[in-house]
Amino acid sequence: MIKGVITEFANNEIKPYAADVDEQQKFPEEQIKKLSELGIMGMSIPKKYGGAELDNVSQTIIMEELSRACNATAVTMGAHASLACYPMVNHGTDEQKERFLPKLASGEYLGAFALTEPNAGSDAVNVQTTAVRDGDDYIINGNKIFITNGGKADLINIVATTDRSAKHHGLSIFAVDAKKTKGFLLGKKEDKLGLRGSNTQEIVFQDMRIPKENLIGGEEGKGFKIAMEVFNSGRIGIGAQGVGIAQAAFDECIIYAKEREQFGKKIYSFQALQFMLSDMATMIEAARLLCFKAAYLKDQGKKYIKEAAMAKLYASDTAMDVTRKAIQIHGGYGYIRDYPVERFYRDAKITEIYEGTSEIQRLVIAAELLGRGF
Amino acid sequence: MNIVVCVKQVPNTNEVKTDPKTGTLIREGVPVIINPEDKVAVEAALQLNGNVIVLSMGPPQAEEALREALAMGAHEAMLLCDVKFAGSDTWATANALAAAIKRLSYDLIICGRQAIDGDTAQVGPQLAESLALPQISYVQKIEINENKIIAHRELEDGYEIVEAKLPALITVTKELHKPRYASLHGINSAYEKEIKVLTAKDIGADEKTVGLKSSPTKVKKIFTPQGKSAGVKLEGDIKTVCQKLICILKEKEIIREF
Repeated sequence: MIKGVITEFANNEIKPYAADVDEQQKFPEEQIKKLSELGIMGMSIPKKYGGAELDNVSQTIIMEELSRACNATAVTMGAHASLACYPMVNHGTDEQKERFLPKLASGEYLGAFALTEPNAGSDAVNVQTTAVRDGDDYIINGNKIFITNGGKADLINIVATTDRSAKHHGLSIFAVDAKKTKGFLLGKKEDKLGLRGSNTQEIVFQDMRIPKENLIGGEEGKGFKIAMEVFNSGRIGIGAQGVGIAQAAFDECIIYAKEREQFGKKIYSFQALQFMLSDMATMIEAARLLCFKAAYLKDQGKKYIKEAAMAKLYASDTAMDVTRKAIQIHGGYGYIRDYPVERFYRDAKITEIYEGTSEIQRLVIAAELLGRGF
Repeated sequence: MNIVVCVKQVPNTNEVKTDPKTGTLIREGVPVIINPEDKVAVEAALQLNGNVIVLSMGPPQAEEALREALAMGAHEAMLLCDVKFAGSDTWATANALAAAIKRLSYDLIICGRQAIDGDTAQVGPQLAESLALPQISYVQKIEINENKIIAHRELEDGYEIVEAKLPALITVTKELHKPRYASLHGINSAYEKEIKVLTAKDIGADEKTVGLKSSPTKVKKIFTPQGKSAGVKLEGDIKTVCQKLICILKEKEIIREF
């Protein structure tokens, strides 16, 4: 039933605004409100805290359907549900959960996660942002870039080092009530190739004072482990996003191929086109199943690191390949903004980059295949 | 207020295929949904803030349609499911629904105007007749005033305002409400609720009034009517347009010169 409801909702309430969201770089505020009303912003949160507590396969379906309709909306929700809620749900203290989860579940609070810095991305250990204990508080200094929802979020999980000499054992994550905290400043808002309606912004901390109760899990040094878990889990969502983009592009191709005539025939009657469509559909289905498998393993409480990395790697490849072919099928019309496939092409590229580049995914897969430290 | 809403599960397409041999719908492999105007009926009932009971007759998989109505917020659900009901036409369907509803306490019955598969718009009115209730069909606006319902009834070129005493039956059009989407919480709780599955015996239905054999309608043939061809647009000033029109009408021998 979830699939049916979400598909209908996405088609009627999200998709019609996607072109506008992209064109005007308009943050999908209204759409997020509607998602909140449906309980989707709380899909990953336990029922006890007002969430829907969905299984991972259902969450994957929702992510795919929203991405198919509007990527900027999907990633805004995805960053909230996976990056912001996950650490709190799985590692927050009871007091932190009570304080933040009901607000995140209802959509009153929008969430974000801040790891990336000018010199720390794929190399997560190199975080320069510092958190220094001062009485009952921590004082945080530093800056984070490319933060999805950074300029809009109420709750931001910030990765900072509490002990630089301990390297990754010195990282900790702090929940920051961004709009209520002094010393939390907004930096440059990015002008992007795709996902143009999504908010991606630099955030700056200047002697930002955070009560020690906001250290996630209440214990220093757990940050790296939590962050890696967040990414493992989040990869399934990015995979689903790739599948959604590819499916959207493919759907447009079917419509166009049945409309467009050349040499006195509908273009779908040419084998060159049929072969492309067959390859596209096969890749999409394979990518979708990889995402489902990773989600299923996670639901079963089994190890899913390798499968999640494979799902993200293959689905983002699929998104790139399918959207590229989709423009080719549309010919000149595919290159102009009157048709949505150029947007899908621009939106697809990021899936190969964020939450671990495709290169990092290959390293993760190799490490799982060969054992760590091979 | 107790409100009974009748819903039908239908194939999710307007291009329903029929079996040329039996003249019945081919249901296999077609995705199914709640009939859109029945969903409007559910929405209308929810907005009246009563206790909402959804009722359907159909094969076991029709449970899914009831489940969706529960997810939207309906309180109870019942499915009339029995081989004895199979093949019922609109009259026999109305008889079965009436037998089930007689056993309930209700103030209002809401049905969708018509289903997108059969398009008959008959079950609602026949159900009202069977229960000897006042009925208002094609309702696009409702107001409840103590024990009365005041409804705007959609006509081709306007609407009329009709009042009826409760209990009554109304059939609603999509102009009435935009149905809500089931929320994730609603979906979760829908799977925790029970759907009562009732047989002909359970509802004490008279077997001579339900099912294929008791149905007075016999389907002789089902075919797809040819679509109307696009009209011709005449352009130019009034004089040329009129001359062209006269020529065409003459060609078709619709008018003649004496």
